[in-house]
Amino acid sequence: MASETLIRVCMGPAGIAAGGKQVIEAFHAALVDAGVSAQVRERCSSHQVGCMGLCARDVLVEVHQGDVKTVYQYIKPDMVQRIVDEHLVAGKPITEWLVDEVYASFYRKQIKVVLADCGRIDPEDIDAYEAVKGYEAARECLTNRRPEEVIEEVKMSGLRGRGGAGFPTGLKWELGRKSRGDDKYIICNADEGDPGAFMDRAVIEGSPHAVIEGMIIGAFSMGARNGYVYIRAEYPLAVERLKKALDQARTRGYLGKGIFGSAFDFDIKIKLGAGAFVCGEETALIASIEGMRGMPRPKPPFPVNRGLWQKPTVINNVETFANIPAIIRNGCGWYAGFGTDKSKGTKVFALTGKIKNPGLIEVPMGITLREIIEEIGGGIESGRPFKAVQTGGPSGGCIPASMLDIAVDYESLAKVGSIVGSGGMIVLDADDCMVNVAKYFVQFTQSESCGKCVPCRVGTKRVLETLERITTGKGKEDDIERLEKLAGGIKAMSLCGLGQTAPNPVLSTLKYFRDEYEAHIRDKKCPAKVCKGLLTYSIDEATCKACGACLRACPSGAVSGEKKKPHRIDAAKCVRCGACFEVCKFGSVNRE
Amino acid sequence: MAMVSLTINGKKITVPDDLTILEAANRHGIAIPNLCKHPQLTPFGGCRLCVVEIKGVPRPVASCTTPVNEGMEITTVTEQLEQHRKFVLELILSDHPNDCMTCESTGSCQLQELAYTYGVKGQEYAGERRTYAKKDGNPFIERDLEKCILCGRCVKVCQEIQGVEAIDFGYRGFKSKITTAYEDDLNCEFCGQCVHVCPTGALTGKLWKRKGRYEGVKETDTVCPYCGTGCNITVHSKNNEIIRITSRPWTWNEGFLCVKGRFGYPFVSSPDRLTKPLIKRKSGEFEETTWTAALEYTASWFRKIREEHGPDALGGLSSARCTNEENYLFQKFMRAGIGTNNVDHCARL
Amino acid sequence: MTNSIADIEGMEVIFIIGSNTKETHPVIANRMIKAYRKGAKIIVADPRAVPMVKFSELYLPMRPGTDIALLNGMGQVIVQEGLQNDEFIRDKTEGFDAWKDSVRDFTPERVSKLTGVPKDDIIRAARLYGGSRKAGIFYTMGITQHTCGTDNVKAIANLATLTGNIGRPHTGVNPLRGQNNVQGASDMACAPNVYPGYQRVDLPEVQQKFEQAWGKKLSPKPGLTTTEMIHAAHDKRLKGLYIMGENPVLTDPNQHHTIEALKNLEFLVVQDIFLTETAKLAQVVLPAACSYEKEGTYTNTERRVQRVRRAVNAPGEAWDDLSIIIALSRHLGYPMEYRSPELVFNEFAGLWPALGGMTYDRLKGRGLAWPCPTPEHHGTEYLYKDGFPKGKVPFVQIAFKEPAEVTSDDYPFILTTGRNLYQYHSGSMSRRVPPIEKHAGRAYVEMNRSDAERLSVADGDRVIVSSRRGEVTIAVRVTNQVSAGTLFIPMHYAEAAANVLTNDALDPTVKIPEFKVCAVQVTSAPKAASLATGG
Repeated sequence: MASETLIRVCMGPAGIAAGGKQVIEAFHAALVDAGVSAQVRERCSSHQVGCMGLCARDVLVEVHQGDVKTVYQYIKPDMVQRIVDEHLVAGKPITEWLVDEVYASFYRKQIKVVLADCGRIDPEDIDAYEAVKGYEAARECLTNRRPEEVIEEVKMSGLRGRGGAGFPTGLKWELGRKSRGDDKYIICNADEGDPGAFMDRAVIEGSPHAVIEGMIIGAFSMGARNGYVYIRAEYPLAVERLKKALDQARTRGYLGKGIFGSAFDFDIKIKLGAGAFVCGEETALIASIEGMRGMPRPKPPFPVNRGLWQKPTVINNVETFANIPAIIRNGCGWYAGFGTDKSKGTKVFALTGKIKNPGLIEVPMGITLREIIEEIGGGIESGRPFKAVQTGGPSGGCIPASMLDIAVDYESLAKVGSIVGSGGMIVLDADDCMVNVAKYFVQFTQSESCGKCVPCRVGTKRVLETLERITTGKGKEDDIERLEKLAGGIKAMSLCGLGQTAPNPVLSTLKYFRDEYEAHIRDKKCPAKVCKGLLTYSIDEATCKACGACLRACPSGAVSGEKKKPHRIDAAKCVRCGACFEVCKFGSVNRE
Repeated sequence: MAMVSLTINGKKITVPDDLTILEAANRHGIAIPNLCKHPQLTPFGGCRLCVVEIKGVPRPVASCTTPVNEGMEITTVTEQLEQHRKFVLELILSDHPNDCMTCESTGSCQLQELAYTYGVKGQEYAGERRTYAKKDGNPFIERDLEKCILCGRCVKVCQEIQGVEAIDFGYRGFKSKITTAYEDDLNCEFCGQCVHVCPTGALTGKLWKRKGRYEGVKETDTVCPYCGTGCNITVHSKNNEIIRITSRPWTWNEGFLCVKGRFGYPFVSSPDRLTKPLIKRKSGEFEETTWTAALEYTASWFRKIREEHGPDALGGLSSARCTNEENYLFQKFMRAGIGTNNVDHCARL
Repeated sequence: MTNSIADIEGMEVIFIIGSNTKETHPVIANRMIKAYRKGAKIIVADPRAVPMVKFSELYLPMRPGTDIALLNGMGQVIVQEGLQNDEFIRDKTEGFDAWKDSVRDFTPERVSKLTGVPKDDIIRAARLYGGSRKAGIFYTMGITQHTCGTDNVKAIANLATLTGNIGRPHTGVNPLRGQNNVQGASDMACAPNVYPGYQRVDLPEVQQKFEQAWGKKLSPKPGLTTTEMIHAAHDKRLKGLYIMGENPVLTDPNQHHTIEALKNLEFLVVQDIFLTETAKLAQVVLPAACSYEKEGTYTNTERRVQRVRRAVNAPGEAWDDLSIIIALSRHLGYPMEYRSPELVFNEFAGLWPALGGMTYDRLKGRGLAWPCPTPEHHGTEYLYKDGFPKGKVPFVQIAFKEPAEVTSDDYPFILTTGRNLYQYHSGSMSRRVPPIEKHAGRAYVEMNRSDAERLSVADGDRVIVSSRRGEVTIAVRVTNQVSAGTLFIPMHYAEAAANVLTNDALDPTVKIPEFKVCAVQVTSAPKAASLATGG
C-alpha cells in the first residue's frame, strides 16, 4: 500500500519573503518533471500553509510520508529539484538541509492551541479546516446547546482576553447577553499595532476559519446578528485570506440565515483600519467603524452596554476567538489544564529582538521567561549578555535579567511593572540602551496619541522631550524627578488605555535601569554606546595606519592627518555620526 | 425616570439616574472645574479637569462622562485631585501662547480663570509649543489655533447643534489640531456657535479685534433685530460703538445665534446712516434741514391732502422691524390722528 | 406659532413645508437638529432641496404651487389607513365627513402627477405624520406667498386637526415669522381691518372702545392693504403715504409698477435708518434710530414679548421712531404725549386682554408669550390647551388651483424667490455689513445642472432672466438644490432684484402676492469681459 506524500511549504509573510512562492512553483514543476506522481500514485500534493513559527529559518518545507515528517530549513527554489530527486524519488532525505536541534528545542516547550492549525492546513481551503474538525464546535453550539451553556463552558475554561487587558471572556459574553437591545454586535479586533507583534496576523493568515468559528460561537452566545472584523489595511494577505474564508463559510451556510439549520442568523463584515494605533482601543475602534475619527470614548458606558451605534457590543481579540473552537471541542477542563491558577490556557507571543530563534511561539501560561528566552528562543543571538526583555509593546515594561525566573502570566508580569499585553516580546542585550528603548516607545505612543486628552497629548510630548534631552547629553539633574512626575500624572489622568500605560516603558526602565539614566545625565555617557550625542570619538595614534579611510568618510571635516602620520579627530567639528568608527579596519577609532 | 441617591462631598443628594456626576453636582450647587464640557453638548472627556474620586474605584474618574449610580460616594476635592488638576493645567499652559495681555478673550477666558484659580503659570513642564504660520482668511471668525486646547467643543457644536460639520480633529499626537477639510479657509454658515463655546481665545470674531474687552465695556441685553426667531443677544459697546454681540447661555436660545445675529451689526455705524432730516428740493436734490421744518412740512402736506381728498387719500406703511410701541403709536397716529384705516405693514412680504 | 421653539426638541415628527428653516430661521433649525439627534423624523416638502433636507427622513421635491394637492393627498392617505385621531375629531372638530369626501379623489397616484412627488413618498409622509401624536408642522412664506396662500394654510390646519396634533406640547401649526417684529406689528394692528389685538374695526362695540380710549372719532371703514395702497397710488386714488421702516421698492412684487405708483403720489414721507431705494423717491426723509438704539418690545414668532434695550445712541440727529411719531402728532394737531415707551406699552396692554398681565418689569429675563391676561399668569407656551376659541375647529374643504401664472413656451421656467442665510430681506442692514458682503455680496440665480447644460451656461456666467414684467441680469449658480425647470433668486440684491420679475397677483383673502411662483425665461447676457477683449 502506497503511503501518501504531502509537502507543506510555509507561506506566511516571512515564508513568502524568503521565496516560498517560488519554492512551491518549483515543487509543482519538479514533481511533474520527475513523474513522481506516477510513483506515488498521484497522492503527492504540495500545499501552501500559514506561518509555522520559526520564521528565522524560512523557507521551511515539511515532507510528510505516512507518519514520517521531515523538515527542511532555508530552502530556496533551486534546492527543490534535489529534494525531489533524492528524497521523494530515491527515498533518501538530504541530511545537511534538515532542521537542527534548534528546531526541536524551539517546539519542545510549546503547546499549540491557537496555532495548532497554522502551518498545518491550507488556510484558503475550508475543507482542510473541516478535515481537522473545523466548524464542529460551532455546529455543536448552535444545534445542541443553549447560549448560557456555551457561556458557562467558556467561563469555566478560564479564558481571558488575549488583547492585553485579560478580561474574562465568558464574563464579557454574559454581560453582552444580559445587556438589553434588539441589535447587538460582536467585533473581532484585528487592529494589531504593537511594534514587533504579529500573532493576530499569523492566526488570520494561517487559520482564518478558526477566528470565524469563534465569532459565530460568540455571536450565538450573546445574541448578536452582526459581526465585524476590524483589521489593519496593512495586512493585505490576512485580509485576502479572511475574505476568502468568509465567502467559503457563507457558501457552506455557516454564515448568513439559519446557520447549521438553526434559527440563528449571523454574518460578518470586514472593516479595514487606516493604520491608527489607537484604533486598537475598543472604543476608538467602535468610533472608527462608525465612520468617525478613531478617538476613544470614556467608559462607562462600556461597549457591552452601549457600543457600536450605541448598541450592546462585545469586542474580542483575534487570538481570543481562535481559542474558542478548541475549548468547545475539547471541553473547558482540557483548556483549564494549561496555565496557572488565574491565567489559564496558552498564549501566543511574538518573540523578537536579539534572540537566536525569533518567531511566533505558543506557550502555556506560567512558563518562565527563562524557558522562553533560553530554551525556545535559543538565547541571545550575539552571545552578548542578556539585559532585559520588553513585553506588552508600548504599554508594557522592561523586565531585567535578574527577573528571568518569573512566570509569564497576567498577574506576575503586572507585579513587576509590565504586562502580557497582546504578546509582544522583545529581547534586549548589552548593546541596547534602556533610555533609548524607553524613548523609542514614548515616541511611538506620542505620535499615535489621538490628541483627545491633555495628559496623553501634551504629557507624552513632554516625556519625549525630556528623554531626547537626556539621550543627547542635555539631561538635567532633576529630569528623573520630572519624568516620574509626568509619568505619574499621565498614568492617573489619561482617558484611555493608551495614555494610561504610555509611561510604563519609562517607569519600568527607571525602576530597573536607573543607573543608565544617571550615567546619561550626570556623566554624559551612554553605557550601551547607542546614544550618538553622548559618544566621543578619538583615534588611537599607536595603532592608526594613516590609511585615510576615516578622513574620507568623515562628513564634517573633523578628521585631519597626512600620509603616514596618525590622524586626529577635532571634537569641536565632530558630529558623532560614527562613520570613522565604521570604516576603520584596524580598530583604531575609539568610541566612548 | 428612576431616581438614585448618592453622596457628594458628604452631602446626600437624590437625582434622576440619567445624569452624569458632573450634572448631579452642578444641580446641587457643587462646582467641579472643567474646560471641555458644555451644558448643551454631549460630554467629551478630554480635558480631565473634572476628575473626582469614587469610593471603591481605584483611579480618579471624569465626572462629565460617568453616570450616577445608587449609593456612590463621591469626593470632588482632595489634595490628590487638586494636584492632578494642576498637572493638567500646567500641561495645557505649557503649550499655550500665554499672551493674555493682548488676547481678545482676556476676562472671558475659562482657561485664564482656571490658571488664576490654581496659580498655574505653565512653567513647570515648559517645552515645544505648536506654532502655525497660516491664518484663516474667512471674513468672520478668527481662528488662532495656537491658543486652541483641543477641548473639542467647537467640533461638537458644529456637528450636534449646527449640523454643519465644518471642522474636526486632524493629525495625531502633539500635532493634533482642529482643522477644516484640506485645511482650507473656513467656509461654513459662520454662525459663530464655535466662537460662543470656545473656552479660550482660539476662536473670536474678526470684527472684535482691538475694539475692547472689559474695561469701559457696557453690556446690554436685548433682542436680535433680524428674523422673527427673536434670539436674545447681549450687545457689548464701548464709547457708543458696538464692539461685539454675544448671547448668554441661559437665554431661551441657549446662547446660539446665526451669522446675522452674531456678526451682522456693523450696519449701525455705516457712513450711510441718515443723521439729519432731508427735504427734497425742486431740483430733485435732498437738502438737510431741521426737525421742526421737516415735521411741519410733513404735517402740512397731511393736512392739505386730508382737507382736499379726505383722510382715506392718505396711507401709512409701518414696519415689522419697529417695536410694538412704535407700531401701536403709528397705527394710532393714522387712525386717530389722520382718521383712516389705511395702515399696513410688510407681514406678507 | 401655536407652540414654542423650545417645544420642538420633544417632537417625534417635524414636517417642514415651504420653509428654508436652516437659512431663514437658523436658530429654530438648531432646535430641529437637536430633536433629530434625539430621534425625531423630519419631513421636508419644498421645490428646493433646502439644507434641512440633510437631516430629513423624507424629502418631497414638489413642483412650486402644488402644496394643496400634497396636503390633501396626505390627508387622504391618513384617512385611508385609519391613522386619524378619532377622539379628537369627535370631540373638538366639525365638518369631518364632508372634508373626507372632498379629499377622496386626492389619491397618491393623482397627487403624484400634480406635485411630481413619487407616490410612495406621499404615502410614507402621511404615515409618518399621521402615525405620530407628537408631530409639528412648520411653514413660512413658501406656503403663504401664493394666490392660494390662505387655502394652503387651511390645508395645513386640516392635517393638524385630522391627527389632533394641536393644543398639546410638541405639536402644533407653526408658521415661522420672517422679521423680528412681524408678529408684534400684526398684534399692534398695523393692518387695515383691525385694532390692536385683532379687534375688528367694523364692529361698533370695538370702535366705541377705541374711540373712548383715544378720545377721537374713528372710521368704521376697513382700509387698504400694502399692495392695495400701491395699486391705489398707481391709480392716483391715494395721494399721500407715510412709510416707516419699509422698503416696498425692493420687497413688493413687480418693482416697475411699485416705483411708478410711488412717483404718482403727491407726497411721500419715509422714515428710515438709510436712504433706501424707497426713501430716494420721498419728499421728506426722517432719520430714525435702529434696533440697538432704542427701548421697547418685540414679539417673536412664538408670541413671546421681549424687551428691547438701548445699547448705543443713535447717530447725529436721528431720533427713535416713537419720538418722531409723537412729534409729528403734535405738529398735526393730535398730540400723543408719552414720556417713555413703557407708558405706550401700558396703554395697549390695557386695550388687549392677551397682554393684560404684562408689564416691563415682568418682561425682564426671558419675556412672556401671549396670551398672558393677568399679573399672575405665566404666559402661554402653546395655544389651545383648553379648547379652541370658537368651540369646535372646522375642517375646511380646499380645492386645488394652479398658480396665477404657469409656464409657457415663451416663459418656460418657474421662478421662486426667497432669502439666503447671510443676507436679510431688502438688504438695507445686512448689505452694509462688510464681512457679509464679502462672503455673500453677489446676486445669483440658482439653476439645475441639467438646465445649465441645456442652455450651455456655466457656474458664474451672467444671464438675463425676464418675466412679463421686467428683466434682471444675474450670475448663474449651477446647483442641484433646485429641480430642473425651476429657478431661484434671493430677494436681497437691489442690482438684480427678484421683485422686478415677480407677479403681483394676490391671494383674494389676505392680499398676499404670489412671490413664490412666476414664469420666466433665461437668455445669455452679453459678456462685458468678452467685449473688452474684442471677442
